[in-house]
Parts: sequence; structure tokens; C-alpha cells
Amino acid sequence: MKITRAEVEHVARLARLELSEPELDTFTSQMDSILAYVEKLNGLNTDDIVPTSHAVPMENAFRADQPKGSLPVEEATANAPEHAESFFRVPKVIE
Amino acid sequence: MKYQVVIGLEVHTQLTTATKIFCGCSTRFGAQPNSQTCPVCLGFPGALPVLNQKVVEYAIRAGLATNCTIAERSVFARKNYFYPDLPKGYQISQFDLPICVNGHLDIDLEGGGTKRIGITRIHMEEDAGKLVHADIPGVGDDSCVDLNRACTPLLEVVSEPDMRSPDEAIAYLKKLHQIVVYLGICDGNLEEGSFRCDANVSLMPVGSNVFGTRAELKNINSFRFIKQAIEYEIERQAEILDEGGRVIQETRLFDPSTGTTRSMRGKEEAHDYRYFPDPDLVPVIVSPSWVDEVRQSLPELPDAKRERFVKEMGLPEYDAEILTSTRELAEYFDATVALFPQAKTVSNWVMGEVSRALNEDGKNVTECPVTPELLAALLKLIEKGTISGKIAKTVFDEMYKTGKEPEKIVEEKGLVQVSDTGAIEAIIDEILAREAGQVAEYRSGKDKLFGFFVGQVMRASKGKANPAVVNDLLLKKLAP
Repeated sequence: MKITRAEVEHVARLARLELSEPELDTFTSQMDSILAYVEKLNGLNTDDIVPTSHAVPMENAFRADQPKGSLPVEEATANAPEHAESFFRVPKVIE
Repeated sequence: MKYQVVIGLEVHTQLTTATKIFCGCSTRFGAQPNSQTCPVCLGFPGALPVLNQKVVEYAIRAGLATNCTIAERSVFARKNYFYPDLPKGYQISQFDLPICVNGHLDIDLEGGGTKRIGITRIHMEEDAGKLVHADIPGVGDDSCVDLNRACTPLLEVVSEPDMRSPDEAIAYLKKLHQIVVYLGICDGNLEEGSFRCDANVSLMPVGSNVFGTRAELKNINSFRFIKQAIEYEIERQAEILDEGGRVIQETRLFDPSTGTTRSMRGKEEAHDYRYFPDPDLVPVIVSPSWVDEVRQSLPELPDAKRERFVKEMGLPEYDAEILTSTRELAEYFDATVALFPQAKTVSNWVMGEVSRALNEDGKNVTECPVTPELLAALLKLIEKGTISGKIAKTVFDEMYKTGKEPEKIVEEKGLVQVSDTGAIEAIIDEILAREAGQVAEYRSGKDKLFGFFVGQVMRASKGKANPAVVNDLLLKKLAP
């Protein structure tokens, strides 16, 4: 087994996903076979290979530090389920 | 048991760029909530971040000033967690490939000497938004989110666990604070959250070198609070250890109203961040020539300035320390010395009259109505003997109020020092005649009365008599 049911449950919880018992079984077995497939890469010698962080051979995409203007507040908050004045409104956050 | 505290610090400095790190929204503080947002910093699907080049430049500056190695290749990563102030569900930060590594700062120890504090790394990241409990009718207990601050550029400076007392921690923080402000990359405003500190604190028995379990103290926004929080934490952990208990690794929130820290429960899972390289942002490559270019543009840093003031200008350590406390003050001093090259005299005035006037006024030296040019002009007047040092203070106050040139004030108010012996002699004769009794006493050996006569003459001349001439003449006239 490349991944356990408990690990799938844990990752799902971190992603705030609620999975039913049958879903947990399905995903555990599917992810297990995916990981087993990717595992094949471990058969290669990668001693002198720098880990790939990006598939596209590009670097240093910058913008200048110049203001570009923002959205009007009404537009910024338009898609929010709830807002109060110009704030987004969310259930109480306990710290 | 006796314990040794071990402290490591993580400092978040907010950068003074005009725009956010990944979008063109303004970073101005205090704007209407959510008025400085766009699809990128709101985390709208499909919006793509583009890195602000100035952030990289500022990171290189910070790295060079703290003796770091600048990584030729660094990569942004996503730090995944859910919180209402984090619109994307992840923070863009750097993880295994930060832009600066392996630096250090030397701090001055209370009893003299210095200590080297290691800097593990400095990385670039975006800030989160702000959660507020606004008093808006109908909102009740709900929280309100302002995303103006979301995506504001931060540098996180992570120290090694090298500090062994709250005072060392404060010395390190003050030094770092001074440097980022000198560099012009951070405004250093602690209250507005431009310079925030998390402290990792643990205890180990004295003599041990195995670190204990640490607590991470968050949310501390003043040097005083940091000291308080660490001191409280030392007591709390010592008590647990003395009772045979175990310190739990956790995040604790400092509460300034009680001076205590409390556990932030419910965030245990938050440490499973599942970092991975952000596919939306390409690697940052910093060439040696870019590093050199930034190095050339660095201002003289506080330590170098202090050394120059002592070694080249011959100032006492104390003066150098105070004059370099802020870059602005040091520049004011330098500018004045350039026009009036008597460092100690200038130092006395800057630390004395100038600082006093600014303090009373609550002003910064950059707003000082008496510019270096005006101050130098005033000091020249004293040097030439046009006015006395005492009158100069009056002139200074007038300059501070009006911004007028000292020559003009002296002329307008008739404050020119009287060095003409004839005029002073006349005053002296008058006083000696009036105070015949005191003169007799003086001549019979009561030397202390000399000061009395000087005072009388100065008063009669409204402070304008040249004190040296007064002294000379009085000595002659009073001789038996």
C-alpha cells in the first residue's frame, strides 16, 4: 500500500472535504494505484538532476512597482455571500 | 532547577513598495476597507500573480545588510491552510529555496562586547488580509474581512535560536529594525504592523545543550511586549518543568492587557501546510551582477557610520551611538559637519538644542525648521565671535520658530556680541561702583564672588558681552 485510508482521511480534512465511507474506499484505492504508477520514477538514477519545480523553462517574470488601480469596492465584494459596508462578512472567528 | 532560555525570532517586515507583491494594487495604509483589491489579491479563479521586481531588490538589500548569501535561484511555494483572511486558501511564500541564507548580525551586549546572532534565512512572501470586529449595526458577532493588506510584500527574517535572554532578543530586534529602516525597505512602524515578531522560546537545564520543547509566541507588536512575553513564557515553562510536566509545542498568543500568553487551540492541524512550488510563478534568478548593483546602492549602515564617527571624526562612543540611532539624524549631523567641520561642536548641538526642540515638538529631524545649513551658519557666528554661545541658544529658538537665517535674527534683534573693550569697561565700572561692598569682600579674599560680577555684567549687557573679554577686564579691574 502506497497510501492508507487514514492518510486519505487526513488529507481530505485538511482540504475541508467531506468524504463518505464508500468514497474513502474508492479514493484510497485510486490514489494508491496512481502513486504506485508514479513510483516507477524511483527506478531512475536522478543523482545529478536538479529537482524540477516548473515544467516551463522560464525565469524572472517581473512587473515594475507601478500602481495599476484596483476594483471599485462594490465590484470587489459583489460575489461575496455577505458583506457589511465595504467589508466581507464571515462567521465569527475565534482566536 | 535553574533553566537557560533559548530564543529564536521570526520577524515579518512589511516592505515600502508602492504596490503589492503580485499585483498593481496600492499598499497605502488606512484606506477604505477592500478599496485596494483586484482579482489577483482577492484570489479570484484564473487570476495570475506577477512578481514585483522591487520586492526582489529589497530582499537582496536586506540579505546583503545582514551578511547573507544571496541565492542564485529561489522559488515561490504555496503554503496551504484555511483562514478567512487568506482568500486563495494558500499563502504564496518561499520554502526550501529562499532568496537569502546563512547571514548574521552582531549585537552589543549589555556588559560590553558583542555576540553574533545567526540568520538562518530571509524569504519573500505575501501578507494576509485583516480580520476586524467592526462595530457595524446588524453585524453582531460576525467578523469582518479587509483584504487591502492581502498580498502586501513581506520579508520574513528567521534567526537561529542563538539568543539566551530577553535582553539579547531585544538587542537583536532593535538592530534588525534599525537596519531595515536605514535600508529604506521598511517604515519600521510597529503599531501599524510593519515590523512584527514571533518568538520561539524554550528552556533547558543550565549546563545542558539539548534544547527543550518550544512555544511560539505570536502577535507581539512592541519591543516592550516582546520582553514581557518572553519573560512570562520563561516563568510559565519553568513552572511546568519544575512540577515534572512537559511543555507542549504550540502557538501562543500574547495578551498585552494581562502581560500573559495563552494557547491558540484549534490550530494544531495548521502546521501541516503541504508546501509545493507555485506553478504560477517562475523561479527567481539573481545574477552576481544584480547583487553587485544592489551592493553599490546600499547606504552606509549604522555600524559603519558609528565607527566612522568615532574613528574619523573623533566623537565619543556615546555621541556616535545616539547620532546613528536613525538614518535621518545621522544624515542631518553629516550634512551639518560638511558645512561646519567641527564634529564635536555639531554633535553637542544636534544632541542638545536640536533634539530638545524636536522632542518638545514631537517632530522628526527631517521636519526640523533649522536645516543643517542654518545650524552651520549659526555655529559660524559663534566661532567668529559675532554672538556668544548663550545668545546662540536664543537665536536657535528663533530660527526654529521662524526658519529665518541666523544673521538676520541677530541683526533684527540686535544680538551682536559686544567685544568692544570700551563698551564693556563702561558697564564694569558702573557695576563695581554700585557694588563697592562686594568688591571689598572680593579683594579681601572671597574669590567666589568673581562669578557674581560676571553675572552682573552679562545681565547688564543683556547677554551680549563677550564672556572672554568680560573675564579679562574684570580680573584686571578687580585686582587689588
